[in-house]
Amino acid sequence: MSTTYNLKMLRVNLTDQTIKTEDLDEKLAKKFLGGRGLGTKILYDEGVATVDPLSPENKLIFINGPLTGANVPTGGRYMVVTKAPLNNMIASSNSGGVWGARLKYAGYDALIVEGKSEKPVYLVIDDEHVEIKDAATLWGKTSEETEEALKETYGKNASVLNIGPAGENLALLACIINEADRAAGRTGVGAVMGSKNLKAVVCSSKRTVVEPYDKEALRETVTASLKLIKENGVTGTGLPTYGTAVLVNIINNVGSFPTKNWQESQFATSEEISGEMLKEKFLVKQGFCHRCPIGCGRVINMNGKIVGGPEYEPLWAYGANCGLDDLEAITIANYWANEMGLDAIGAPTTIATAMELYQKGYITDEDCDGVPLKWGSSEAIIEWTKRMGLGSNPLAKLMASGSYRLCEHYGVPELSMSVKKQDMPAYDARGIQGIGLTYATSNRGGCHVRGYMISPEILGLPQPLDRFATEDKALWTKIFQDLTAVIDSSGMCLFTSFAIGAAEYAAMINAATGTNYTPEELLVVGERIYNIERMFNKAAGMKPEDDTLPKRLLEEPIPDGPSKGEVSKLHILLPQYYELRGWENAFPTEATLKRLELL
Amino acid sequence: MVEVRLFAYFRDNRGKILYLDPNLFPTVQIILDHLGIKLSDVQILLVNGRHSHAQHLLKENDIVALFPPVAGG
Repeated sequence: MSTTYNLKMLRVNLTDQTIKTEDLDEKLAKKFLGGRGLGTKILYDEGVATVDPLSPENKLIFINGPLTGANVPTGGRYMVVTKAPLNNMIASSNSGGVWGARLKYAGYDALIVEGKSEKPVYLVIDDEHVEIKDAATLWGKTSEETEEALKETYGKNASVLNIGPAGENLALLACIINEADRAAGRTGVGAVMGSKNLKAVVCSSKRTVVEPYDKEALRETVTASLKLIKENGVTGTGLPTYGTAVLVNIINNVGSFPTKNWQESQFATSEEISGEMLKEKFLVKQGFCHRCPIGCGRVINMNGKIVGGPEYEPLWAYGANCGLDDLEAITIANYWANEMGLDAIGAPTTIATAMELYQKGYITDEDCDGVPLKWGSSEAIIEWTKRMGLGSNPLAKLMASGSYRLCEHYGVPELSMSVKKQDMPAYDARGIQGIGLTYATSNRGGCHVRGYMISPEILGLPQPLDRFATEDKALWTKIFQDLTAVIDSSGMCLFTSFAIGAAEYAAMINAATGTNYTPEELLVVGERIYNIERMFNKAAGMKPEDDTLPKRLLEEPIPDGPSKGEVSKLHILLPQYYELRGWENAFPTEATLKRLELL
Repeated sequence: MVEVRLFAYFRDNRGKILYLDPNLFPTVQIILDHLGIKLSDVQILLVNGRHSHAQHLLKENDIVALFPPVAGG
């Protein structure tokens, strides 16, 4: 029978330059779906949890879900799964564009990269033809230069993922870029690729389809889901018109928009960096990933150059969090983050942290090498982004390892607004209790896309929850985390969940692969994925006290605005959450592991 | 006066900010009627930065913020 799994994986060892094709066990694939779930299971079983993340023993897995490349809305996402150099825990970073679909069409569910090449190389995958090539002429190039050079050789239909100079320099904030501005952005996956001397992976295929298990059933369920996505106010109108940037004004108006490295929670001139302003001043057209009916991407005109525009997160991180309302400067800094191959959340939040350290006298003018890290400096956000990517001076090198290590260096780790050494995103958890629990318990560290509690607590979707209350937040957080694990592992985009739910995902996965998951059973798969990630972290040395928030969020009330006086009530939420998960001291009990068929 | 902030496409042909007398526009619903916005089209309704409802009784210096269905991540 047909299935949208290829049931084939490609394993490339860069130490001995071997390339092998392996069968993927279908039963195992279905148990962990694909992407984030299956990638973590493979890493866990192959003993990667205990290795040095930047050593040849770490493995870098590019992995699709069953719906990547399938004829479903947004079916084009892939995951990069590895051990994170940023925090020694599980790294899984999701990206769109077309690269994942190309890998699926070429005949593989996953590419597993092992070892370390002696010299810089890149990999070419063209259906069954796979080759390791010399990357000497590409080393040192930015991501756009790399992509252009490789497309000149392999044609415009080849999809390229690559690392910029940041990954080459083993910057712990390095990401992996594909299609110029789509990024597997967080947890330092680009540094792992750099540590293997792997500059790029070019992927192309003559195929453009994968055959589902039940074509008619898939067509029916996709038609129904597409209707829901098109008719939904968020996915049908809001995201296509304004992109994610529309959140700037929402989150600022509720007073949970972290400003000046979270010292304040409202930014007086947020309108200047808003989605509305981006549309008015810079927008050229929407940007679309593979098979996407939403098109949240922003294609902008930056001084005559057409580039990918900033999402909500970098608008906040370079903007309010650096005390800056110069939208043009933010578009330029965001462009350079992509060009350098830097996490467009972690790089600007680290610049904001450095600005607080400068404000408080820890960083001196001498350290700044002619570009002071002053609040609101357009020059600083652009120049320090480039410097971090290039590692061009001692402070820039330190900053490129993230805010935690920067603050630790100055003896004030509490000024790093991070969880598990990864910087938190653009929502002040003091005024939004559920998102604080999500940050604290995220397996990959401070992150909003591991259970987007902003949806019920601020946007009122699928139903409004009181953002200041703790009641029911542990249960909602768990359900959101488990459903997100399913979506991340399926190959679809998280943004579809504004319009469709577990029933639609189950129907599409079943029709594509021949599984018979009920929506409830699919959520158990998500729970299994969340728990295998946690087991990876346990094996990697995570401690129960790592499930926490920065002191500023637990002890310093928001100073002003609509959320004034609030702190995170994590001490109430965390025990409730552990009980619901069946965890003791932050880890699954034996009974929980047995229930989830992980023992 | 009450400050009424409009966002996203609610601004089309209406502007960004309006100032209205709470004696003449005592509830959010009356403001919505005045602006020709259906309550069912409002996804987020804030009064002074707190989620509220259409019957909220407004007073001098209140800030009303109205958003259509929009989201991000």
